[in-house]
Amino acid sequence: MAESRFSNRICVVLGASHAGVNFAFSLRREGWDGEILLFDSDPELPYHRPPLSKTYLTNGDTIEKNLLKPEESYKKEGITLRLGTTVSTINKEAHTIILEDGDVQPYDKLVIATGARPIIPPIPGIDTSKNVFLIRSAKDIADIRSALKHSKSKRIVIIGGGYIGLEAAASLKKTGADVTVLEREERVLARVTAPEMSNFFKELHTENEVPILTAKDVKAIETQKGYNEVLCTDGSRYIADILILGCGIRVNQELAKEAGLDIENGIRVNSMARTNDKDIYAIGDCTFHYNPHYDRFIRLECVQNAVDQAKVAAAAICGKEPIYDTIPWFWSDQYDVKLQMVGLSEGYDRALVRKEVNRDNCFSIWYFKGDTLLAVDAVNNAKAYVYGTKFIKSGEKIDTSKLLDSSIEFKPSNLLAE
Amino acid sequence: MAKITFITSDNETHIVEGDSGSVMELAVNNGIQGIDGDCGGVCSCATCHVHVSPEDISKTGEASEIEKDMLELDDNADAYSRLGCQLAISDALDGIVLRVAK
Ligand SMILES: Cc1cc2nc3c(=O)[nH]c(=O)nc-3n(C[C@H](O)[C@H](O)[C@H](O)COP(=O)(O)OP(=O)(O)OC[C@H]3O[C@@H](n4cnc5c(N)ncnc54)[C@H](O)[C@@H]3O)c2cc1C
Ligand code: FES
Repeated sequence: MAESRFSNRICVVLGASHAGVNFAFSLRREGWDGEILLFDSDPELPYHRPPLSKTYLTNGDTIEKNLLKPEESYKKEGITLRLGTTVSTINKEAHTIILEDGDVQPYDKLVIATGARPIIPPIPGIDTSKNVFLIRSAKDIADIRSALKHSKSKRIVIIGGGYIGLEAAASLKKTGADVTVLEREERVLARVTAPEMSNFFKELHTENEVPILTAKDVKAIETQKGYNEVLCTDGSRYIADILILGCGIRVNQELAKEAGLDIENGIRVNSMARTNDKDIYAIGDCTFHYNPHYDRFIRLECVQNAVDQAKVAAAAICGKEPIYDTIPWFWSDQYDVKLQMVGLSEGYDRALVRKEVNRDNCFSIWYFKGDTLLAVDAVNNAKAYVYGTKFIKSGEKIDTSKLLDSSIEFKPSNLLAE
Repeated sequence: MAKITFITSDNETHIVEGDSGSVMELAVNNGIQGIDGDCGGVCSCATCHVHVSPEDISKTGEASEIEKDMLELDDNADAYSRLGCQLAISDALDGIVLRVAK
């Protein structure tokens, strides 16, 4: 191949997960023929994270079954994986990164895809409790599986009723464990969905014999012989052989901050995923970025954002001028229920629930601000998810009385406002 | 064992073999351009869209309801569209030709 302007240049990527890996492959496709080096503290070949709280948690598969790409793909594309290697410093003046062991790696372009890590709430006793687990990495799951295998009574308490906590509850329940979810807010998924959706999931879990206990503020954990006792401020106590924390995440932005990059609610990037340093980009969960459709800066925790921002950064580094402009989407699988969400509901003034006739557990919530559709949450209803996506993109107005009338055949042309 | 032909949007032809897993996994494992499988195969992303060659549709069968719904995200979906993650590989698929959606 002829030499290009990228030959002999080095692109270093911090973080080899959804964002970093998709970036590396996109960069090759965009024509970068210099080196590509991916660093990650995690020793495993990069894998899909969403299944960790879903099927993978309990299906016994090895991580090889859950890889983002097979090992040969990296070799074939000339992408070097430096796994089990933690990066400790970015020196943007020198255009180098420094590894944990002191080694120095120069770069021409640097991409930060360091994602996020779970929050460990400062609950007294949490450090000394036994069998306390997080759900973010393959190792976390290996540890939970092993604890589950060695536990006789399998009493599991999950602190936090967000998606990860609820998905883990559903997966673990299938193994016959005794699972309880403790949520501090008055309802689960309070930050991200309408009350109707919170109620639906609370009932779904209750039907599956997983108690979802809300307004439970955990104040301490006491470790007895072989098990933990979780104490709440209302005086209630729950026994946990295994304790799982699903209390949200914190962005891995320390390296960027110490390097003097702009930080807000994440690493601030422009519409090409570039930071305030012209040779440093950031992508995925760690970024605070502008969304043109919703006209505001946001931080997201979803595969869509990791993958799409990765493509934008790759194009930008290869000299194009892409603009990151997407409608976020997300999914969650619990028991036999599939939730699909599109858009950003924050700031809605009306949440309308459309039910489908003769179908149990099949409905959708449409979030509006004025007559503008902001977002749709669809339960076992891919049609609603797809139509919602189309309406949000096109901006066409919806006749809400038609939307709410389940006797009208559900298709976009039937929902349009006159 | 099934031999499956993928034709990418740049008209490259790849013939690959598989005996288990899904058509999406087979494609990702063989680096077939245009099949991303971003959701890991749970029918949530529609990035594994293929058009089955009409004479092979009897081997693959038509898309299921949720698949059809998800395929509507793509204006180019047609009666021969499938999501690769919903196509389990078996001997029955031997010889089929799949065109990767644009
Ligand atoms: C259990 C679970 C379920 C989820 N379910 C869904 C879902 O259903 N749908 C969905 O869209 N999203 C889901 N998500 C979110 C999704 O997985 C994330 O949005 C996605 O992983 C973000 O990718 P990323 O590459 O930006 O960051 P991450 O996946 O967090 O990866 C960052 C990587 O950087 C590495 N790293 C960080 N700092 C350093 C350092 N200093 N040196 C070296 N390496 C470093 C880390 O080891 C890590 O591998 C889920 C997440 C979890 C944990
Ligand atoms: S891999 Fe996501 S829908 Fe097929």
